[in-house]
Amino acid sequence: MLKDEDRIFQNLYNDKGSDFVSSKERGDWTNTKELCEKGREWIINEVKISELRGRGGAGFPTGLKWSFAPKEVGSRPHYLVINADESEPGTCKDRDILRFEPHKLIEGCLITSYAVNAHTCYIYIRGEYFNEGQKLQAAIDEAYEKKLIGKNASGTDWDFDIHIHYGAGAYICGEETALLESLEGKKGQPRLKPPFPALIGLYGCPTIINNVETVAVVPTILRKGGKWFASLGKPKNTGTKIFCISGNVNNPGNVEEEMGISLKELIETHAGGVIGGWNNLKAVIPGGSSMPLLPKKDCETITMDFDSLIAKKSGLGTAGIVVINKDQDIIKCMARIARFYKHESCGQCTPCREGTGWMWRMLERMAKGEAAREEVDMLMDVTKQIEGHTICAFGEGSSWPVQGLLRNFKKEIQEKNNFSPIFNTNKDIPYLVDQHLLDKKNA
Amino acid sequence: MSLKKVSKEQPKSFEFNSNSLDAAKKIVSKYPEGKQQSAVMALLYIAQRQNDNWIPLVAMKYIGKFLEMPYIKVYEVATFYTMYNLTPVGKHFVQVCTTTPCMIRGAYKLVEACKKKISEKENELSKDKNCSWMEVECLGACVNAPMMQINDDYYEDLDKEKTLKILDEILSGKTPKPGSYRGRLNAEPENNRKTLMDIKNA
Repeated sequence: MLKDEDRIFQNLYNDKGSDFVSSKERGDWTNTKELCEKGREWIINEVKISELRGRGGAGFPTGLKWSFAPKEVGSRPHYLVINADESEPGTCKDRDILRFEPHKLIEGCLITSYAVNAHTCYIYIRGEYFNEGQKLQAAIDEAYEKKLIGKNASGTDWDFDIHIHYGAGAYICGEETALLESLEGKKGQPRLKPPFPALIGLYGCPTIINNVETVAVVPTILRKGGKWFASLGKPKNTGTKIFCISGNVNNPGNVEEEMGISLKELIETHAGGVIGGWNNLKAVIPGGSSMPLLPKKDCETITMDFDSLIAKKSGLGTAGIVVINKDQDIIKCMARIARFYKHESCGQCTPCREGTGWMWRMLERMAKGEAAREEVDMLMDVTKQIEGHTICAFGEGSSWPVQGLLRNFKKEIQEKNNFSPIFNTNKDIPYLVDQHLLDKKNA
Repeated sequence: MSLKKVSKEQPKSFEFNSNSLDAAKKIVSKYPEGKQQSAVMALLYIAQRQNDNWIPLVAMKYIGKFLEMPYIKVYEVATFYTMYNLTPVGKHFVQVCTTTPCMIRGAYKLVEACKKKISEKENELSKDKNCSWMEVECLGACVNAPMMQINDDYYEDLDKEKTLKILDEILSGKTPKPGSYRGRLNAEPENNRKTLMDIKNA
């Protein structure tokens, strides 16, 4: 288990309070000016040494992302945008940073902005996190009052402003270009890339977009050194990470642990084990609902880091671990996730807009035991039609969990639907009728 | 994609009251000059708060003029995002998360409680017209599942009995305490915390 002094978020459970005074006791804002005075090159280089990878799901190297921002400010200002639109089912880590460690985030914003030449930072918080946003705003006000941010922020001679922008309940706005559209006051539909936001982003200006957790760990990395961070975890998968363990475990909760910790240890030690014992485990979604689930046999040995999970055809994503035990109907669980994606598709690309509905309706039928035999292959085909044929990664996010189900639990589907190996009974399947419209008059 | 229904009964006029106007001006000043359209989401939200938790079409027109943007662009935004209510909802607006992490911990028991206490169907006002409920997608408090949101507050670690109790209090005009209903500290692994114990015990 990670030693307590190596944990970055000492106030993860709010034992002490999130105000400036208690944050300073934990080390925030102690030598911000000196850190900035070491220069942009040093900051970016130190983050590169730490091998920090983005904590929002994609795992892109943060130092590399920052170095994409133009070195000199041209006619257009630079922006920093913080993605706090945490909506991935299974994930609730940023919420605790926003409400209990806001000063880590604000200080991280200042240092990051300094490194990428931005004077303005927008923090995009999902609208449901209204109370969390209020807490962050209180911390921002405190920071302005103490002259930590604002004109000549922390005495660095750098002017820096932070604004909060609330979302309004659209999952897709967690996609970085959709988030920018939303910030510009439009509906959140992703943009084509390239151009990448680092060159043409918010209002057409160079913009760096980072997840809350990524930015919040930066001040600690600079204080303790990139080498310290890189010494934790595994090569290329370094540092610590907040894991959210939810679902059928005895003690669900958030915990900060080393990258590369074994999944079994996380569940058994920190979450009090699977309800009904380890043998009652059915499957685990390792990184938020977009990541394919792992069957029990993989859960025995898997370690929680980006590369190990990719090798198992899944991914670390946001590290939101959803444990599903044998008391649950796995097909129903995935049908509910498919409904989530159907609801949240932005409607811009046809494969995703139509395909998410197809997947949901087919899975609903499979969960009820009403599916026809050819539907299993058809479902796989639908996922392949979506994957890779959309503007943003939502297409992959919605089809991967279904592929994971088909890959690992095909037998369950066959049993549930009583597919006869000899007779192929015809079933009347209303593909093009939107059941959502039929079921819900007020939707 | 989610679908939205616009209320058939619409008020004739809408304008910001002085509080809303101050808040709106403050928000517009956050964005660069000429980029006031960025404020549209926040302004819709202010309008919703002012108008008993829902946004009439006249408010969208008003906001369009306020931000010098076409009405249809405001309409587009208002219909895209799920948190804008375009039909009247209750003063106490209950949202139950039923996405998988909550579902497998019994979120549909909470739905049963809502059906019993508020109204048989979702999006339907209760008898006293004060309360309505709906199922929503992940609210981002998965380790505290099952949970629900009433107006701005999260009620976590619930079961059917606790939900019935909370709804009783809400319906009788009280505001129950938000947060965990099993008495645990935020998102810590309950009774099984192994980390940062020195800080906890200090």
